[in-house]
Amino acid sequence: MSVAHAAPPAASADLAFRVEPSPLRLLLSRIATLCVVELQKLRHDRTELVTRAVQPALWLLIFGETFSRLHAIPTGNVRYLDYLAPGILAQSALFIAIFYGIQIIWERDAGILTKLLVTPTPRVALVTGKAFAAGVRSTCQVVVVLVLSAILGVNLTANPLKLLATVVVVVLGAAFFSCLSMTIAGLVLKRDRLMGIGQAITMPLFFGSNALYPLALMPGWLQVISRINPLSYEVDALRGLLINSADHLLLDFGVLIFAAGMGVCAAAALLGRLAR
Amino acid sequence: MSFWRAAPIANTGPALHAITVEGLSYRFGDQVAVDNVSLSVEPGEVFGLLGPNGAGKTTTIRVITTLLPLQSGQVRVLGLDVSRTKMRVRRSLGYVPQQLSAEAALTGRENVTLFARLFDVPRRSRRQVVDEVLEVVSLSDAADRLVGTYSGGMVRRLELAQALVNRPRLLMLDEPTIGLDPVARSSVWDRIRALVESDGMTVLVTTHYMDEADQECDRVALMHSGRIEAVGTPDELKAALGPQATLDEVFRHHTGGGLIAGGERLSDVRRSRRTAGRLG
Repeated sequence: MSVAHAAPPAASADLAFRVEPSPLRLLLSRIATLCVVELQKLRHDRTELVTRAVQPALWLLIFGETFSRLHAIPTGNVRYLDYLAPGILAQSALFIAIFYGIQIIWERDAGILTKLLVTPTPRVALVTGKAFAAGVRSTCQVVVVLVLSAILGVNLTANPLKLLATVVVVVLGAAFFSCLSMTIAGLVLKRDRLMGIGQAITMPLFFGSNALYPLALMPGWLQVISRINPLSYEVDALRGLLINSADHLLLDFGVLIFAAGMGVCAAAALLGRLAR
Repeated sequence: MSFWRAAPIANTGPALHAITVEGLSYRFGDQVAVDNVSLSVEPGEVFGLLGPNGAGKTTTIRVITTLLPLQSGQVRVLGLDVSRTKMRVRRSLGYVPQQLSAEAALTGRENVTLFARLFDVPRRSRRQVVDEVLEVVSLSDAADRLVGTYSGGMVRRLELAQALVNRPRLLMLDEPTIGLDPVARSSVWDRIRALVESDGMTVLVTTHYMDEADQECDRVALMHSGRIEAVGTPDELKAALGPQATLDEVFRHHTGGGLIAGGERLSDVRRSRRTAGRLG
């Protein structure tokens, strides 16, 4: 930015503020700004990160340990707890992201969103900043779940590249689900309605995926649902990276990138409705 | 204070209005919120838009700030058409919404820096600009505290600082003193006055405190049911009604006597009436 108006003469210095950067530059600069702000907010309020760790811990410890002992779910030569860990990682990221629309509505009610919408900022950048925040919070869950899994003796990869790819997958998944939530927020406009819808769709998304059991075990109709559910691709990618050899990584990444991109556009298109 | 020269815009003629609104109407479904409103705000004046809740003030402000699309009529801000040049309009205004809207989880300085970035204040002057606007609203000492610890009046002044980072020539303030105690109210008005006097900034403000409007506004427009009932200086409007009239009485005269002492109280009455109605 500073390069563009290097050393303006003093008299016209104030005009520099009104020089518009090129659209692409503006977009990238705004996305960076809004991501930095989300990190600053997170730095000042970290309690949430701790409370968020409770749920995946319960799933792994109670559900995971019990079902491992039952041997009720055939997962080939992979131990059930190993099979489950990536699913729980995806689920805990989903639970964080799916309520991001509530935050957007809260920011609308508080006037914060309204004020941001009156700055020269593309709506796509506002949505991307929130999606990034959901991604960062979900990345903290990666750390929590991986540490817990290691303690419970899950056979995880130690390959740093694969771990890095794991973070990317979780961020993409969180971006999609937070945008889904913000899109619904733009449609229903009220916090309590969004709460209801969020709760109503979270469990179907979770159970209608391969997070807890393999696709092959599901009845035909559920397999169809599971195949159009982005969560399944997220879980598949995580399982591939952390536990097994990666089979359909390209497809998984493709679906997740496409879904996140569509999500950002849909949420951005509806964001203005929240200001009315 | 050299910073506070409001930025000139090319081809600014003396005849250019800060805001012109012509035949503006806005409906939410079949409810008409703004009904054929026309007004113009001159550069350097403090223009008050007065009216009870539901009069259409906020809707009017939202169309002018590009938050709502233009449905019918014409609106120009500093000569810019709000329906065709949204980004440039946004770039040239400062806006403070009704709610206390700073980020509680950030410090005052972080809140202002965010807006400096969003308005493309060049990096090398950003720190200086942020320091200066914080100084203008007397928040330099509290700048590095979290906004969650601020009082209502401090948040309002911080929002004013946020709205000033782009050196706007026009400030849009929606109920800037609502919910503030009298001391905080006058401190907010002191800042606004100082900006107008030293830099010729134009201010469009909505309020339903008649005493404030009388004292602080150069001209006011009385809005009722989406229409503008009267426009003029507070003195003109009072003189038209009678020698001893107060702005409060002018207001009651134009809004059909529905207002008791201020719109806020009116809305309370309405709300309690509605509640009473529901309870039977």
